[in-house]
Amino acid sequence: MTEPLQTKAGRLVPAEVNGRDVIPYAGVGGHRPQGNQAAPPIRSCADYPADGDKRVHAEGDMVAKLKVALAHAGLKDGMTISTHHHFRNGDLVANAVFDAAKALGVKDLRWFPSASFPCHAPLLAYLEDGTIHHIEGSMNGPLGDFCSQGKMRGMGVLRSHGGRWQAVQDGEVHIDIAVLAAPTADAFGNATGDRGPSACGLLGFGLVDSQYADHAIVVTDNLVPFPCLPWQIQGQNIDQVVEVDKVGIPEKIVSGTTRVTKSPDRLLIAEHIAKFVRDVGIMKPGFSFQAGAGGITLAFAMYLKEYMKEAGVAASFVRGGSNQYLVEMLEEGLTPVILDGQTFDLEGVRSMRENSGHQHTSPFTSYNFHGKGNFSSMIDVVVLGATEVDVHFNANVVTHSDGRLLHGIGGWQNCLFSRCTILAVPSVRDRIPVILDEVTTMVGPGELIDVIATEQGLCINPARTDLIEAARGSQVPILNIHDLKSRIDQLCGGPPAKPKLGDEFVAAIQWVDGTTIDAVRRVKG
Amino acid sequence: MASLQPCESGRRGDDVRGDVWLAYAPGNQELAWEFSSKLEALFGATTRQLLAELAANHGLTSGTLQVEDKGAYPFVLRARMESLLQKALADESIQVSPEPPLAPSADGTPQLSSTRKDRLRRSRLYLPGNEAKYMLNAGLHGPDAVILDLEDSVAPASKQDAVALVRHALWTLDFGSCERMVRINQGEAGIKDLQALAGAPLHLVLIPKVESAEEIHALDQVVGETKILFMPILETARGVLNALAIAEASPRNVALTLGLEDLTADLGVVKTPGGAETAWASSQVIYAAKAAGLQAIDSVYGNVADEDGLRRSVKFAKSIGFEGKGCVHPRQIKIIHQEFAPSEEEVAKARAIVAAFEEAQAKGLGVVSLGSKMIDPPVVKRAQALVRLADEMTSAEKND
Repeated sequence: MTEPLQTKAGRLVPAEVNGRDVIPYAGVGGHRPQGNQAAPPIRSCADYPADGDKRVHAEGDMVAKLKVALAHAGLKDGMTISTHHHFRNGDLVANAVFDAAKALGVKDLRWFPSASFPCHAPLLAYLEDGTIHHIEGSMNGPLGDFCSQGKMRGMGVLRSHGGRWQAVQDGEVHIDIAVLAAPTADAFGNATGDRGPSACGLLGFGLVDSQYADHAIVVTDNLVPFPCLPWQIQGQNIDQVVEVDKVGIPEKIVSGTTRVTKSPDRLLIAEHIAKFVRDVGIMKPGFSFQAGAGGITLAFAMYLKEYMKEAGVAASFVRGGSNQYLVEMLEEGLTPVILDGQTFDLEGVRSMRENSGHQHTSPFTSYNFHGKGNFSSMIDVVVLGATEVDVHFNANVVTHSDGRLLHGIGGWQNCLFSRCTILAVPSVRDRIPVILDEVTTMVGPGELIDVIATEQGLCINPARTDLIEAARGSQVPILNIHDLKSRIDQLCGGPPAKPKLGDEFVAAIQWVDGTTIDAVRRVKG
Repeated sequence: MASLQPCESGRRGDDVRGDVWLAYAPGNQELAWEFSSKLEALFGATTRQLLAELAANHGLTSGTLQVEDKGAYPFVLRARMESLLQKALADESIQVSPEPPLAPSADGTPQLSSTRKDRLRRSRLYLPGNEAKYMLNAGLHGPDAVILDLEDSVAPASKQDAVALVRHALWTLDFGSCERMVRINQGEAGIKDLQALAGAPLHLVLIPKVESAEEIHALDQVVGETKILFMPILETARGVLNALAIAEASPRNVALTLGLEDLTADLGVVKTPGGAETAWASSQVIYAAKAAGLQAIDSVYGNVADEDGLRRSVKFAKSIGFEGKGCVHPRQIKIIHQEFAPSEEEVAKARAIVAAFEEAQAKGLGVVSLGSKMIDPPVVKRAQALVRLADEMTSAEKND
């Protein structure tokens, strides 16, 4: 193994990941690559049916049909297959894709999902038998555990939603075949997520795949006559359309991280944040906010809504992760627009279909760092979660304090660019302190994190003297992060032991610009 | 040494968090440990070390000790070991030294908010005495008081564990500006609870199912020279009938409250949302409390999900003379405080009356008048009480 490299934040990262040279994190805005973007191959209409009917003609179940489609796409050993995660834990397509690949006897594939969930645990068998070589994408639950234990042959690569677009656009990841689950599509390949029996909202995470993959396949359980309106995915980017019985279970979009918390302590965190946003003057006519996934951040939106109504304040736009609370705000006139990156419940799906102010977006518009601006830096306040934070305000969202890789990055890194970034965390979780001297894995640099909000009170980044000043007179307790850490350490009986980790890296954590900000090592035992 | 007893302490099960289960089996071999911890990587070593030290300090050196740790904090580990040692060594007087307080005063003992007979007691949050996780942040939710409960929320088999846990929680945890209350068990068991908690930093003892002044006298003896306050709970027909005698039984009494679940059971009636079946008892408790110069405090509202119902219930309680209400969930606190708060108009009018009274005093006038209206002395007294309440609530909100 070559010597690791050191990032600007002092973290060690591997010099090479899956055959690619690593550029270590160079600070926020410190890496400015030159050159042109990647592009898909030139295609000719002469090679596609003039009547626009790209349906795959095959009998049998989804696996049988995907087998035909993948063979037609020229699936070979070592290729990269991508899928999107708009069905979250209710996705049925990714597992079927690899069932089909296995049936075709193909080996060493790279799976490039926009995220994986516990429902993808059956793919462990394909990691073990060699069908899948490795995963580049957020790994939730069992797949993350497999990777943590060093069992994956390649290295995991975790990217933010914006970083995934950036990596494809910049040519760091080449997608051979994209397989896109679509709740409604026509035979030409136009597709939408906002309607149909399996409606999941939007298909924004699959957009980059449709544009840049060598070959793109739409899989739908609701084929409608041309043209599918609206189209979120353009048929001009699609090679084949596969009609199946069911692409996903939309009810499973809702999970622990997309439901409002019932815990009194976590509700208190949400209330502290909403009060802070109100008291420091962020909540003013025409402001904007985003609340990420996670029970606390969703509850924040609920409290903020009450304060906005009390004060008669309306936002100019909100970003979601849409859910029933944002939809209520839209429908009650508290915001004219939801810019939606993914729907977190079925109310969000309904609203996207019915409300003209509920706009679907993609990681390109919202998050891509290598574009001519994006939405995330235009937002007044964003509330996100974290697994750990440290006294330098650095934060971790991918590993637990025992070193295990259990969560994806999502849009988290991208959102840090808002005008005020607030991380909502309990100060301690069943004796595991959340505030440390140094995070286990650095996923976000402290210079972008303005406030750490706990049930005990809020810690403001000392660099944000404006917020410190504005918070004087607020009802919310403002704490020094070192004092809070000492108190939590005392409750827990001292800081926890460092996890026992091997020397070998099992996953790289990419920053929004394609550099590597940190790496995860194998967990021992 | 007496023979060692097989025993267990603490809690186990899939839903247990922030706790530990200990089981001891006597044996001739040197103390053997069967240890498992959800936090092995982070705190396994320190947890083992703490438990081993406590066992050794108290002479538990043989047999087998099984440990299932679900992320217990050190104060919980100490409490669980305390009750285990008491049971294994058949000696209820064994006490494990507590963790230092999270919020110490200058002398190293826990910081206690000041209390007095007539402090605000609008809300008191019940915390099950054998469940550590709810205790940790209870003070942050801003109730006027927390009640560490040893009575109805604790299963009979867990009573000894709960006493140890409550003792350690009182010594170690920070309950902020809350008044610290403990609800003891009834009768003899309650006396034992108080003895076990001797010296622990608490303000007030809730005494359940009181039926006579003699019961209060007996507890008065137990607490001796301490400044501990009492709040008797009347939960039986006999107790309600003896309300005045109970209220006047001790200068430690600061408030009188009633327990409607037990009272309706005693009456053989069904508890209804309207509460007609206990209306007389409520009035009796209020009259007795006021006659004795105590606060009258209402029972709890059990349906946590029904916030409108709670609001109605508090409005009614306030209208008939209650000054506080029990809470079974933190989300009830804010509603209770809102509903006990006087309205802005009420406060403004009261302030005007108080100002008129002070002006009359300054001028040496015997009669207080506001505009063309003469104000009677009881009206002035009520206005003064209301202004003080409003000021206290304002400062309490700031601390919330």
